Amino acid sequence: MADAVVVGAGPAGVAAAAALAEADLEVMLVDEAPRPGGQVHRSPPDGLDLDMAALLAAGHDAYRAFHARFAALRPRIDYRPQTLAWNVFAGEIHLAARGALEAVPWRALVLATGATDRVLPVRGWTLPGVYTLGGAQAILKDQGCLIGRRVVFCGSSPLLYLAAVQYLRMGGEVAAILDTTPFARKVAAAPRLAAAPRTFAEGLGHMARLRRSGVAIVHGAHIVAMTGDGAVDGVTYRGGDGVERRTACDAVACGFGLRPETQLAELAGCALRFDPIHRQWFPRVDGDGRAGNGVYLAGDGAAIGGAAAAALSGRLAGLAAVADLRAGTIAAEAPRLRRALHRLRRFQHGLAEAFAWPHGRVADIADDVAICRCEGITAGEVRRAVGAVAGALEVNRVKAATRCGMGRCQGRFCGPAAAELTAAALGRSDGEIGRLRAQPPVKPLPIAVAPAEDAA
Amino acid sequence: MSTRRADVAIVGGGLTGCAAAYYLARRGRSVVVLERGFVGAQSSGVNFGNLRLQGRYLPQLPLALRAQAMWEGLEAELGDSVEFVQAGHVHVALNAAQAQEIERHAVDCRPYGLEVEILDRRETIRRWPFLGAGVLAASWSPRDAVVNSRLVCPAFARAAIALGAAIVEEIEVTAIEHASGRFTLRTDRDLVVEAGCLINAAGAWAAPLARRFGEEAPVFPAGPVQMVTEPVPAFVAPVIHAVDGSILFRQTARGNVLVAGHPRVTVDAEGRRSRVPPAKMAVNMARLAAVAPHMRAHHIIRAWTGIEGYLPDMLPALGPSGTTPGLFHAFAFSGHGLQIGPAVGAVLAELIVDGGTPTPIAPFSIGRFREPVAADRDRLRHEFYDDVLDRRPSA
Ligand SMILES: Cc1cc2nc3c(=O)[nH]c(=O)nc-3n(C[C@H](O)[C@H](O)[C@H](O)COP(=O)(O)OP(=O)(O)OC[C@H]3O[C@@H](n4cnc5c(N)ncnc54)[C@H](O)[C@@H]3O)c2cc1C
Ligand SMILES: Cc1cc2nc3c(=O)[nH]c(=O)nc-3n(C[C@H](O)[C@H](O)[C@H](O)COP(=O)(O)OP(=O)(O)OC[C@H]3O[C@@H](n4cnc5c(N)ncnc54)[C@H](O)[C@@H]3O)c2cc1C
Repeated sequence: MADAVVVGAGPAGVAAAAALAEADLEVMLVDEAPRPGGQVHRSPPDGLDLDMAALLAAGHDAYRAFHARFAALRPRIDYRPQTLAWNVFAGEIHLAARGALEAVPWRALVLATGATDRVLPVRGWTLPGVYTLGGAQAILKDQGCLIGRRVVFCGSSPLLYLAAVQYLRMGGEVAAILDTTPFARKVAAAPRLAAAPRTFAEGLGHMARLRRSGVAIVHGAHIVAMTGDGAVDGVTYRGGDGVERRTACDAVACGFGLRPETQLAELAGCALRFDPIHRQWFPRVDGDGRAGNGVYLAGDGAAIGGAAAAALSGRLAGLAAVADLRAGTIAAEAPRLRRALHRLRRFQHGLAEAFAWPHGRVADIADDVAICRCEGITAGEVRRAVGAVAGALEVNRVKAATRCGMGRCQGRFCGPAAAELTAAALGRSDGEIGRLRAQPPVKPLPIAVAPAEDAA
Repeated sequence: MSTRRADVAIVGGGLTGCAAAYYLARRGRSVVVLERGFVGAQSSGVNFGNLRLQGRYLPQLPLALRAQAMWEGLEAELGDSVEFVQAGHVHVALNAAQAQEIERHAVDCRPYGLEVEILDRRETIRRWPFLGAGVLAASWSPRDAVVNSRLVCPAFARAAIALGAAIVEEIEVTAIEHASGRFTLRTDRDLVVEAGCLINAAGAWAAPLARRFGEEAPVFPAGPVQMVTEPVPAFVAPVIHAVDGSILFRQTARGNVLVAGHPRVTVDAEGRRSRVPPAKMAVNMARLAAVAPHMRAHHIIRAWTGIEGYLPDMLPALGPSGTTPGLFHAFAFSGHGLQIGPAVGAVLAELIVDGGTPTPIAPFSIGRFREPVAADRDRLRHEFYDDVLDRRPSA
């Protein structure tokens, strides 16, 4: 048994592992990725000569510092890369790695599973060449590849501008930025954004850089469709003036902010709450990340907050776990961490307003547009399931009736849109109609990992 | 407080309750179904979808064959798809004892009108070449079928509503009074239901209702473990099922492979929570890989179980109450209530409307538990994990 198992080797998980290791506790750090870094500090594999300094520019210092910290931590912990945590059951975390299964009991479990893109289904979003924004960035950092020669970045997210600038730096052409939030909302959010002046300034810098390069930036865009026959060849949209236009491209990166990865937390018994600002479900934690029963949550998986907040919340969760395991009080640095985290979370609320989830748009999705890309279930099928006699009154019943959310991703990508569509069809609010319940395995589990029965 | 009067009140909106409501409504009876959660959200909506005929308890075959004939026309009758596919069922024998068992069953089931074909190893492998080395022989039953169980209850509920039945969801029956031949059902909502007849179709939760009328049934809950893979290229049409139930699987039209297998696991009936122990998932994955080795290349994407009510002889409680006129029991289907569901509904309608049914149901009478049944632990051991049996109410 390890004293503590940490899932996720992003900024949150590594900070938590460091806090636990500094207290001389035995730490196992698990991540399904082959290298540490999480989403933000993702690094290229050995042998791929990618100029990370050029790619990340101002972000390179934080990247280098993270990987240096990890290198120092590495000998003091049991680090398990390429290891999927696929279930939590009866006080054990279940791992699958290198063709084998392992069940690990823990005294403290820190879940720092991060977030992935939140997607809004629009006509054409399943065409080849359409990527999530995070996917477009991951391919760049992980493989040194661009998703296309001429890329439209669309959606509503601060990462739109960051990712577009990174594409420019690596020689890509940015066809346009189609930002679905009106500029006025960004102005209104400015006072809160000023809570993190450096990040705010960086964001403005990215916009300026894009303008200098002649990239068209449309605020308040309404994405009508991604077009193409067999592969994406353009995006049609309406600008603030209501006129429909089309931008030609050979790839689209599309993102509407982030969606926490909460499945493991849910399987570990954590309660979830609906956050009306982000309009999604988050696990319930106290100010230091305690979720009860020896489970701690940190980073984007607990509250969307960006890399700096992830590291702070990871350290806090690690210190809280140390204090609880030793039945002592939390380290003296905790109040400072809490204050800094609070500031960043205020900033994050500003971001959620400046880059709002286009609530309401989901209700307008045409009947023939796919909501669930794994199973190919359309908005019309969801609406029919809700509207039928003795129809579905909550989103898990929609899933049962239609298979929406039953595919490979297990509703991780379509779940939020399916819930909103269900809510709209029932005339209720999205917080009221529930969310798709987590079922193991949290990600596909290879049948080959099971040991033959007589050997078991 | 509003009061609703009906000819028949039904506690439980699973397949049993919804099918009974439909056939009663078809016979012109007014019906109210009260369901604590959502229609078909418990056992009836999470099951494997197996409409298996072969291998059944022989005296149940008349009921089962009646049900199969109903299933064959059900989509047309209800006007709804339940993804009914009649592609047969293969019992595979993994050892000599199992091979003998299927041969014996093939003879025994013939008088009931069920024809199955015994195949030797060569013929079995010729028909289903993906099968692994452990398969010795097989029994082929072409009339067996599958459905998507998630669609079945809502389809019956809609058809019943169309005929005037009332189906109330998210309402719990909390107490029942019985006086001068009428049942009064109290609920946790602003509704009282009065009826001349009452059907106890409360699944794994039915025993207290029976006890309220002086009848014991040693129901215990358990969960059959289910898993599903990502869609894989089509390779099998019928259900493949080890004779001892240790592993079974089928492929959906979409390509996903559903996998199940004994023993069944502990579930929390009171809290209405059921989870699959990860170790059991691994066991079934290994068994699948042994029977269908090419499945090793694929992934499990989801696992679940459900809360099913069992009786120690693995047969349901079905028929009129022995103590109370107007009360009918139909519960604890012990893992096979989907297949017989339509016939159970029709039989209940006949019992109420005609006062009797042409289908033999005597072996399922709740009266068989008047004398305590000996706990046949050895026989149940391969069907259930020990902790399920340990937690049973002592019979
Ligand atoms: C593609 C992308 C790019 C981003 N770029 C930036 C950026 O440049 N700047 C910024 O401030 N923010 C960025 N963000 C936001 C980013 O999510 C956070 O800033 C930060 O990475 C959050 O850190 P974290 O430790 O909470 O989670 P993450 O960094 O997401 O790390 C989570 C880790 O958990 C692992 N994991 C998850 N589930 C399991 C499991 N079941 N089993 C095993 N391992 C698991 C993942 O592999 C991952 O490594 C980006 C987000 C995305 C999606
Ligand atoms: C995982 C699994 C796989 C299975 N596979 C198969 C298969 O392949 N083939 C097959 O033939 N059978 C199978 N079965 C068995 C079959 O699903 C059941 O026997 C059948 O669905 C039972 O139906 P029911 O209506 O009696 O019970 P249920 O569907 O459980 O319905 C009972 C209902 O009563 C309600 N209720 C209980 N108490 C109250 C109350 N006080 N007030 C209001 N409502 C109440 C419950 O909420 C519930 O909805 C399987 C079962 C499971 C769990």
